[in-house]
Amino acid sequence: MLKRAQALFLSLLSLVVLLPIAGSAFAESSASQLNMPQGVTEVSQAAYDIHMIMIWVCTVIGVGVFGFMFYVMYAHRKSRGAVAENFHEHLGVELLWTIVPTIILIVMAFPATTALLKVYDTDNPDIEIKITGYQWKWQYEYLGEGVKFMSELRTSDDEVYGREPKGEHYLREVTEALVLPVGKKIRFLVTGNDVIHSWWVPDFGVKRDAVPGLFTAGWAKTDKPGTYVGECTELCGQGHAFMPVVVEVKEEAEYNEWLANKKAEAVEYASTIGKEWAPEELMAKGEEVYLQSCAGCHQADGGGIPGVFPAIKGSPIALGPQIGHIAVLIDGVPGSAMQSFADQLSEVNIAAVIHYQRNAWGNDVGDVTQPIDVLNYKQSK
Amino acid sequence: MAHGPATLADGWRAYIARWVFTTNHKDIGTLYLWFSFAMFLLGGAFAMIIRAELFQPGMQLIRPEFFNQMTTMHGLVMVFGAIMPAFVGLANWMIPLMIGAPDMALPRMNNLSFWILPFAFAILTSTLFMEGGGPNFGWTFYAPLSTTYAPDSVNFFIFAIHIMGASSIMGSINIIATVMNMRAPGMTYMKMPLFVWTWVITAFLLVAVMPVLAGAVTMMLMDINFGTSFFDAAGGGDPVLFQHVFWFFGHPEVYIIILPAFGVVSQIIPTFSRKPLFGYSSMVYATAAIAFLSFVVWAHHMFTVGMPIAGELYFMYATMLIAVPTGVKVFNWITTMYKGSLTFETPMLFSIAFVILFTFGGFTGLMLSIAAADMQYHDTYFVVAHFHYVMVAGAVFSGTAAIYYWLPKWCGKMYNETMGQVQFWVAFIGFNIAFMPQHFLGLAGMPRRYADYGLQFADWNMVSSIGAFIYGGAQLMLLYNVIATIRNGKPTTEEKTWEGAEGLEWTVPSPAPYHTFAKPPEFK
Ligand code: HEM
Ligand SMILES: [Cu+2]
Repeated sequence: MLKRAQALFLSLLSLVVLLPIAGSAFAESSASQLNMPQGVTEVSQAAYDIHMIMIWVCTVIGVGVFGFMFYVMYAHRKSRGAVAENFHEHLGVELLWTIVPTIILIVMAFPATTALLKVYDTDNPDIEIKITGYQWKWQYEYLGEGVKFMSELRTSDDEVYGREPKGEHYLREVTEALVLPVGKKIRFLVTGNDVIHSWWVPDFGVKRDAVPGLFTAGWAKTDKPGTYVGECTELCGQGHAFMPVVVEVKEEAEYNEWLANKKAEAVEYASTIGKEWAPEELMAKGEEVYLQSCAGCHQADGGGIPGVFPAIKGSPIALGPQIGHIAVLIDGVPGSAMQSFADQLSEVNIAAVIHYQRNAWGNDVGDVTQPIDVLNYKQSK
Repeated sequence: MAHGPATLADGWRAYIARWVFTTNHKDIGTLYLWFSFAMFLLGGAFAMIIRAELFQPGMQLIRPEFFNQMTTMHGLVMVFGAIMPAFVGLANWMIPLMIGAPDMALPRMNNLSFWILPFAFAILTSTLFMEGGGPNFGWTFYAPLSTTYAPDSVNFFIFAIHIMGASSIMGSINIIATVMNMRAPGMTYMKMPLFVWTWVITAFLLVAVMPVLAGAVTMMLMDINFGTSFFDAAGGGDPVLFQHVFWFFGHPEVYIIILPAFGVVSQIIPTFSRKPLFGYSSMVYATAAIAFLSFVVWAHHMFTVGMPIAGELYFMYATMLIAVPTGVKVFNWITTMYKGSLTFETPMLFSIAFVILFTFGGFTGLMLSIAAADMQYHDTYFVVAHFHYVMVAGAVFSGTAAIYYWLPKWCGKMYNETMGQVQFWVAFIGFNIAFMPQHFLGLAGMPRRYADYGLQFADWNMVSSIGAFIYGGAQLMLLYNVIATIRNGKPTTEEKTWEGAEGLEWTVPSPAPYHTFAKPPEFK
């Protein structure tokens, strides 16, 4: 009996105490990380500091409480001849262990409040960026600059489904990163387009839910250029794990150059809207857009998923009048998962994908949809 | 009528009729316990699928769409199908025995509240085979993912939730009525065993919040089918409203799960310490305080949703306060052991592990209550680790302790102590290997409900999956132990199975006769 109780005591102790230690040894050898990152902003530093304070407070209390408990389990075992006493109340200690924890909590409330005030200090930004969560990508809009783009996962399905080896940046790479300058206070205004998403960059300490119909503000200011990777942290459907956030922080001159380029691109694009596109050009571009933005639901072969997502192949809308097809893309279908693509896709891309849908997989309407048709529909509203 | 319950010897028709029409609290308790164990295995199977997929980065076994159905169904089945009915089963068996009542106050309603449950879960599980799949929006089913964007089967999910809610409300009313009216002479409120106390308080919580859940799913139903816009921003509604309503139910719900577990542990620790529970009255007050606080902290699940700072601060302070009554309980349990005469049979091992691991989960809970830090923890594996420490090492461990503790009373057979202890160690070690690394994963930045993850998270996910498989195996051992005990366990007829046990349930023979306390006992 004595042996067994001792073994019990030792194993309990070793598990609670040694597991984290064993863990850290393991982690070092495999270069994975164990603790919250300190990050590169005041907010992330504040979160880290309060996190560490809490860990130490809990550790000290835990060592005291569990230490006493293990002592009792060792010393007051029946097998060691312990005889039970019969006390079952003591007002003094009971008050003590109500009041002391209360005091500890009141003391901890001070740094906790200061840290939270820092998170909410979103006033007087130098740059404002509107972030919109879509199923399953992010849109970044530089307010007042006329620059706006989508940022989507770049990792291929082949890597995800094991048909190709996984790259070094597996699920941490996007088509176009959010670019920010150092030394400027940036305010993020986060919202959602369809369901709720959540925009998180651990190194900034910013996690803000992207709720349709609501703006949530966060902010960041850092002096450290670099690439910071984050994630979507609110369940948003099948692509939830596949819409990472990548932020590139650049020196100011570099940032200005990048921004000037983006603006020039926007101007150039505007000139292509009026142009007459050839059907082959539209078809090629349309297929690209379709696979990127539509196939997730309607499937690459246009067959949809019965009962969930309707087929495009043979659908009355794709075979019906052009204007109705444009309307579905621009207005969406209220009350369904079919959202409006008016803000997500350019006029050129919308025209191309409509042309593709009307003329692929045996849909052969044979008409041509031009960007200008899309623009006209938008403006007629 | 002096005859006993029908057995198989009376023919299978009579035997089935006995279980279908029974109004006996022990039969109904048994039904609840077996049903909840079946659900525990079903929910566990879903968990095994999740952990198998997460064993390595990349999608190997299932599609993300099905993965989301698995996380959702795992949560729903475990919370509503396994843990809650298990404790209702314990309540049915033990509360009349503990307060010296012949049965529950409302025996026919008792039958009904059990028998609608299998239908609820048959409906819920059947959605997995419907076109478009089952619920895929998480056990917290946030709108609009669960309304506008939900698969068609969501209507069946809503119906199932309504039935579960009705069952819980009936069960709670029954418990409240029983405890208020049927205590033996001399059994004053402040002499009731703590398990009875925690269940009464839980029952009040259930009666208060299950209608709120019903309201939430009804609003969903209206949004989906009747064109309302409670949660649809486009129609002037607000998705955040859903979260407030849900968590006004959801936070009390987590205490509904844990309070009866506190009760079980408060019965077992004194028994194996051979010493009365320390601080009985402060235990009762602490339970009531926790129940009260659970109504006023709900938005700590919504720190990142963009509440005004004043709201954020209030919910942070209120949540921190919960640590005080929770601490009182832990200190009381440990002081009960102090200067006792301790032995470590299987129920005691599970109870001690409960105290240690639940306290650990309380520490992470306290960390989560700090809003600025929660901006980093929220919706990561750190939260997953937190609630598995409190719900699995808390509620499930205490439920397991209860099974070993009362099994001899239920079936008049003793389980095999060595097998019990082996099962404990496998469960304890498996649990920690599965869930300790999830803290590291969360802090390192892995969000929850992810079907796939970056390569930097690969090692800990593999460790966690291995632990989960071990822990899953431990549950099959538990099933084996229970069946082996019922079939071949050493018969025991002693009234008092455990040397240090106190209370009316230990004054009746083992196995407890079909009808007990036809004449109320005298309780001093
Ligand atoms: C000292 C006591 C506790 C405190 C201070 C506490 C605090 C918290 C906080 C702040 C969160 C939100 C974390 C987030 O989503 O960012 C949370 C999540 C959670 N807690 Fe606790 N908790 C405590 C005990 C418990 C207990 C006893 C249970 C249940 C038995 C529990 C179950 C849960 C669950 C299920 C969630 C996650 C819900 C979800 O999002 O799916 N907690 N807790
Ligand atoms: Cu809560």
